[in-house]
Amino acid sequence: MTLQRLSGWGRTAWTVADVISTNDPQSIRDAVNGANDRGVIARGLGRSYGAAAQNAGGRVIEMANESDPLGIDADLDPVSGILEVGAGVSIDSILRMCVPRGWFIPVTPGTRFVTVGGAISSDVHGKNHHIDGSFGQHVRSMTVLLANGEIVDLSPENNPAWFWATVGGMGLTGIILRATIAMLPIESSKVRVETERLANFEAVCEAMSSDGADDDYRYSVCWVDLLATGSSMGRGVLTRGDHASASEVDSDDPCAYDPRLNVSAPGWVPNGLLNKFSIKVFNEAWYRKAPSKRHVGIESIPAFFHPLDGVNKWNRLYGSQGFIQYQFIVPLERTDVLRKVIETFSAAGVGSFLAVLKRMGPQNLAPMSFPTEGWTLTLDIAAGIKGLAELLAKVDSMVLDAGGRHYLAKDSHVSPLAVRRGYPRLEEWMNVQREMDPSGVWRSDLARRLGLVEPRRS
Amino acid sequence: MKNGVGVAQNIVLFGGTSEIGQAILKRVVKPGVAHLVLVSRDIDTAADMSQSLINEHPDLEVHHVRYDASDSESIVHVVNEVVDAVGDIDVAILAQGILNEGHDYYADPAGLVSMADVNFTGKMVLMYSLAARMRTQGYGKMVLLSSVAGERVRKGNPAYGATKAGIDGFALALDHELDGSGASVLVVRPGFVTTKMTAGMSKAPFSTDAESVAKIVEKGIASNSKVVWAPGILQYMFLVLKNLPIAIWRRLPL
Repeated sequence: MTLQRLSGWGRTAWTVADVISTNDPQSIRDAVNGANDRGVIARGLGRSYGAAAQNAGGRVIEMANESDPLGIDADLDPVSGILEVGAGVSIDSILRMCVPRGWFIPVTPGTRFVTVGGAISSDVHGKNHHIDGSFGQHVRSMTVLLANGEIVDLSPENNPAWFWATVGGMGLTGIILRATIAMLPIESSKVRVETERLANFEAVCEAMSSDGADDDYRYSVCWVDLLATGSSMGRGVLTRGDHASASEVDSDDPCAYDPRLNVSAPGWVPNGLLNKFSIKVFNEAWYRKAPSKRHVGIESIPAFFHPLDGVNKWNRLYGSQGFIQYQFIVPLERTDVLRKVIETFSAAGVGSFLAVLKRMGPQNLAPMSFPTEGWTLTLDIAAGIKGLAELLAKVDSMVLDAGGRHYLAKDSHVSPLAVRRGYPRLEEWMNVQREMDPSGVWRSDLARRLGLVEPRRS
Repeated sequence: MKNGVGVAQNIVLFGGTSEIGQAILKRVVKPGVAHLVLVSRDIDTAADMSQSLINEHPDLEVHHVRYDASDSESIVHVVNEVVDAVGDIDVAILAQGILNEGHDYYADPAGLVSMADVNFTGKMVLMYSLAARMRTQGYGKMVLLSSVAGERVRKGNPAYGATKAGIDGFALALDHELDGSGASVLVVRPGFVTTKMTAGMSKAPFSTDAESVAKIVEKGIASNSKVVWAPGILQYMFLVLKNLPIAIWRRLPL
């Protein structure tokens, strides 16, 4: 037994579990067999913000194999661009391997330090959701270890029910061992980016609506200043772009790729460093830094897709009390609710260092996949703020009343009822989950809190 | 366990009729708490006392469990009963206690056994039972209401002070033993608290009320403290009082 304290990326809600690090199928099977009745969950790089990859009192299998001496556990077909990869491999490793060969990961979240297994389980999305959908839509097949020790191959053709229950299934249907992913061909490792400053919330929504030409860009996202008030309420900086062609990049080696971690956040940051005053100053600077007229430039992959990865362990900036990330989606026509939510946070003086608005495309076939046609707003909030539980409960109701929902990979606090209201296909998913795991082996702190799996008395 | 904003899902109050215990509930029951269990000898009074809290949180599921804090069989059984009802015990507040100020123990020395059972022996049984459960859970917080009376036991009610001294020491060492398990103990040392338990007694210096103690407990849980004092200044007062030579200590008008 190796007891270890675990939390999500937000560094809140620590619990202790018996942690085993392996990605060898036989060792994983043994670890599952030897688990106590608090069950098992797989963990990748621990980038989900809340309690999705921890299991208090039970077993956690760490799958990430970043320092594998045998190199990256992945095989790329140079003609078809099909990547066959171990579930513990990160998008970071995949990009290092594939970008120089002219292939890009079809969907990347805001950090490249997520594993393939985690990306499927959370069905992550990126700046291209309105065009390309979420991660699961690019998975051709996967190999999954079931609770009874059996290893099955799942694809949208051979077993759609189990495949789509595993996509966005938060690791509760089985342990993903391997996957094949259809990669995206690129001519260069650069991105052509248009940056535009937008004076208020109306301008932001207008620019991102489909008649505002969002659909002409593969990637599109808007940073929003939550602390701006009055006529500049909801002002933002919109960035949109696509992979640059070889001719746009002035280089002999247009696919050269060299991501670097610049600095690490120190371990001693005091609580409250990121408060509404410091964030206000940052927001003002960030807004002013963006060009007032539309500007087109060429950026690197890390600068455009993974700006926060430039600071290693940036989650420490919130101090020992940690932070939460609040991400929800509301239907396209409910911009009134978006506005109300922004006003509610602003009135409560809750600043967010990172507030991002994105227009999402249609939902895929996975019952528990988060993205659906609508607006998704994401914000970071320091967890120690007084009255936060009450404030979030109020905002949760606004979101749910508008027919919206919350992203489970980031969830910190919603109620079991909120998931039932937000995910109308939960019951259907739970039936498949029970079919795949009749004895209730897979469980996490998140699953226990939200009642995603049947309660089990131990 | 706790959620990301520090709210526990399942909270249990042992000593459901304790005013300090109820005041703590008013602070820690927030949106996100799923179950509240009130464990007491007098279920009706506990229910009356928590009525306003229940009105404020219509989604909260409230359970009542009867037990006798001086009976070790009943205590062990009650922990199992709570687990059967709600699953994990995330926060357990231990507020039961007997003061019996003014009772003539010279005339009734046998009466001390029940005081020791409730304040000390029974609590050890309860805390070991809870600790075993919380170890299994990989998470859990016990909040023990101790007292400054245990810091330096004084005349007037030496038995009460001695039980508090005993349980306080036990709780700190138990917390040490639980290190790394995810389970932990918060020891709360209030001074004189004006409640029905102390009604009619002359107030000691730096007296406080149940609401102030509750506020300090809420902070202590959030910051994962080992010990909190209420009011905070008592920590420094007792640093001095504890170390005074006996001859001076006995002359103090405490």
